Amino acid sequence: MSATAGETQSRQAQAEKPKKASLVVLSGDMDRVMAAFIIATSAAAAGMEVTMFFTFWGLKALKKNVRTGKTFFGRMLGLMYGGDINKLNPSRFSFFGLGRWMFKKMMKNHRVATLPELRQMAVDLGVKLLACQMSMDVMEFPRESLIDELTDVVGAATFVSEAAESDFTLFI
Amino acid sequence: MADEFKVDLSLDLRGLACPLPVVRVGKSIKDVPVGGIVEAIATDPGALADFPAWAKTTGHEILKTERNGADIKFYIRRVK
Repeated sequence: MSATAGETQSRQAQAEKPKKASLVVLSGDMDRVMAAFIIATSAAAAGMEVTMFFTFWGLKALKKNVRTGKTFFGRMLGLMYGGDINKLNPSRFSFFGLGRWMFKKMMKNHRVATLPELRQMAVDLGVKLLACQMSMDVMEFPRESLIDELTDVVGAATFVSEAAESDFTLFI
Repeated sequence: MADEFKVDLSLDLRGLACPLPVVRVGKSIKDVPVGGIVEAIATDPGALADFPAWAKTTGHEILKTERNGADIKFYIRRVK
């Protein structure tokens, strides 16, 4: 006897169920966030269901260019780590913003999509963008300070449940 | 010239860098019927590896790859 009916069925179910990918974006570095969006859009373009969970520094990739912070420390953070996705600095050669400017120019010269373009592409491809509730509380980034395209504000357990069903998981 | 294929959609992806060629094809494949053929021309050398990899993940079929100078032309059949 070859495969049982149950095995055949589960194989069929497997073939029909789309593959899944989940990414944690902890980093707020331009290069890392870029890698995250490139992998996420590539996976979505290959028909995968993709979830990106943005936490801590990664939240800046979802921020609007607005002032944040209620407490003294929160306002300080809002000042020092303010701005939106365009204000992310590379992990190396930052040079107080000069590195960001240089890499943006180099990427433009090589016709690489910009970070806002990549993020919009991810939205258009149906990538789920989740923000970490706890990090938002700590950093005093209210929901209104994040982009409207955000899918949901969730906790780690939601990510774990997505990751448990995923074919690959990345921590960036 | 590969006149052997009846092309349903042509994509000019020349000058685009990773991940755009694959993202565009991933979107556009849905615009042709199952069994339909997309012709895509890219210049990103990475596409040579990425298109077959994308096809493997999605289950679509690369019928033919042609190189003409910097141009890399793929004929892709929508399988499902």
